Amino acid sequence: MAVPRGKRILMRGNEAVAQAAIDAGCRAFFGYPITPQNQIPDYFAAHMPEVGGVFLQAESEVAAINMVYGAAAAGARVMTASSSPGISLKQEGISYLAESELPCVIVNIMRGGSGLGNIAPAQSDYFQSVKGGGHGDYRTPVLAAWSVQELYDLTREAFDIADRYRSPVLVLGDALLGQMMEPMVLPEEVVDPASLPPKPWATTGAKGRRHNVINSLYIDPPQLERVNLRIEERYRMVEANEVRWAGERLEDARLVVVAYGSAARVSLTAVQQAREAGIRAGLLRPISLYPFPTQAIRDLAERVQAVLVVELSLGQLVEDVRLAVEGRRPVGLLGRTGGIVMTPAEVLGEIRKLAVETGAA
Amino acid sequence: METSTEQVIFQRPAALEPVRMHYCPGCTHGIVHRLVAEVMDEMELVERSVGIAPVGCAVFAYDYFACDMIEAAHGRAPAVATGVKRVRPDLFVFTYQGDGDLASIGIAETIHAAARGENISIVFINNAVYGMTGGQMAPTTLPGMKTSTTPYGRDPKLAGNPIRVCELLSALEGPAYLARVTVTKPARVRQAKRAIRRAFQAQERGLGFSLVEVLSTCPTRWGKAPQAALQWIEDEMVPYYPLREFLVAKGLEEEL
Repeated sequence: MAVPRGKRILMRGNEAVAQAAIDAGCRAFFGYPITPQNQIPDYFAAHMPEVGGVFLQAESEVAAINMVYGAAAAGARVMTASSSPGISLKQEGISYLAESELPCVIVNIMRGGSGLGNIAPAQSDYFQSVKGGGHGDYRTPVLAAWSVQELYDLTREAFDIADRYRSPVLVLGDALLGQMMEPMVLPEEVVDPASLPPKPWATTGAKGRRHNVINSLYIDPPQLERVNLRIEERYRMVEANEVRWAGERLEDARLVVVAYGSAARVSLTAVQQAREAGIRAGLLRPISLYPFPTQAIRDLAERVQAVLVVELSLGQLVEDVRLAVEGRRPVGLLGRTGGIVMTPAEVLGEIRKLAVETGAA
Repeated sequence: METSTEQVIFQRPAALEPVRMHYCPGCTHGIVHRLVAEVMDEMELVERSVGIAPVGCAVFAYDYFACDMIEAAHGRAPAVATGVKRVRPDLFVFTYQGDGDLASIGIAETIHAAARGENISIVFINNAVYGMTGGQMAPTTLPGMKTSTTPYGRDPKLAGNPIRVCELLSALEGPAYLARVTVTKPARVRQAKRAIRRAFQAQERGLGFSLVEVLSTCPTRWGKAPQAALQWIEDEMVPYYPLREFLVAKGLEEEL
């Protein structure tokens, strides 16, 4: 079944993720059922055979991420997807992928936590996503979408970032983004996997060369430190080159809302309503959560009166915002949890309150 | 021109790196590594093989085999092998795992790879103990056997019963070849090599999952001299873990 390209179509977020991977030249998906990401594996199961790709339902999240490890080691563009509790199970594997410098894409369609939580939208995996997640001294680039179109665009781009830095890359959505259908456009151009640059480090058979080894074990501490410092240098490059954020009404803003994903969409409505009410509010939306748009937020803090963080978690994003603001301005927080999405009216109420308190009105 | 009458009749297999191994004196890992390497040489597999090393004593196998190697997380080698084989079915993919890795923390990956009939080969070292971590109870530790976590002997009422992996996997549809062997004497070593060769042939012919369980020594953790350790396998392990081929798929019988 050919999907129409180059014109507006209605697509579900989860399906856009899977189509993006196929369009990025990804020909291998390993996953395990969990709500609310189930349409991702379903889509791959239906469409991978059309492009000669691999879809395999693994026996567990743990097995799935280790299948990703094997496929990535063999040089393939490969992906897995899950939702919050399943991502927790994958953390061991993600740590190994990071230390072994294996590129892959991991999509987390976040749901309410902690524990089994529920299947409603949440952003409570922020810490886990941006601070490493598993054991050890590593990071993964993290991209967070706020629309179906952006889920497609970022998932596709995630494969390039993964290959560029030889690192697992996380793409974050939530139950809302994964489940909803929106108009979007699939670009005409797709990646032919055969056109991708070779990976001379991959384990593909030691023909005419010494054997390649994919490994994260360095029993000698100085050697492990050298490896970790080398990988750390790459994170500095990621921080220099891969910061992404978007702004709305920031030029003359006196109060800035910082929010990503679904929370940013709700916040944009509230910012527009605030403007109508005469409050000079703006929105800064981090798209890359790691690397974090620290400098952009810091610069903004110099010229606004107050910062309001809006997140579907109880104070996770706000920590990075406070680190960026460094006490220059008051930083307020509106966080909802348990799968509850705040309304624009709630955000507007917080904007008004903070504006009055700080004289930003 | 001088003509040499010297003839090489025994040498290191090309599939083994010319490095010193870390294994303890009397440990049979070295023999099994060599058998795997000899079969790889004979079947000309080295240049298109990917081996998966476990966590455990064989963790450094990636330094010993001359083919491309991947070091897996504890117990996950069959999943890693699945990932490689699914995206590169043209490659020969094997794992080399111990009993804790394969039959305890990785039993789910083992069973499901077998059930899928994943076209990979597994060399499974059963020495009834965790060697690397200090001699703890393994899933294959015999009843009554003393380890650092069963200091009074393994009591099945408290610590459960050993798992017979070949028998367990025999109940599944996916495997093409399952055998248990040991390397306690030259005749046994030859049988073991034949089993490894059959397992590798199963993969080469696309028949599905193959596994060779090798009853192995751990003189260090058993507290036995190398010769006594070999004898202990014959006296204690072989009666509990019978040596035989459990499953030979059609198309393999004529081999050798």
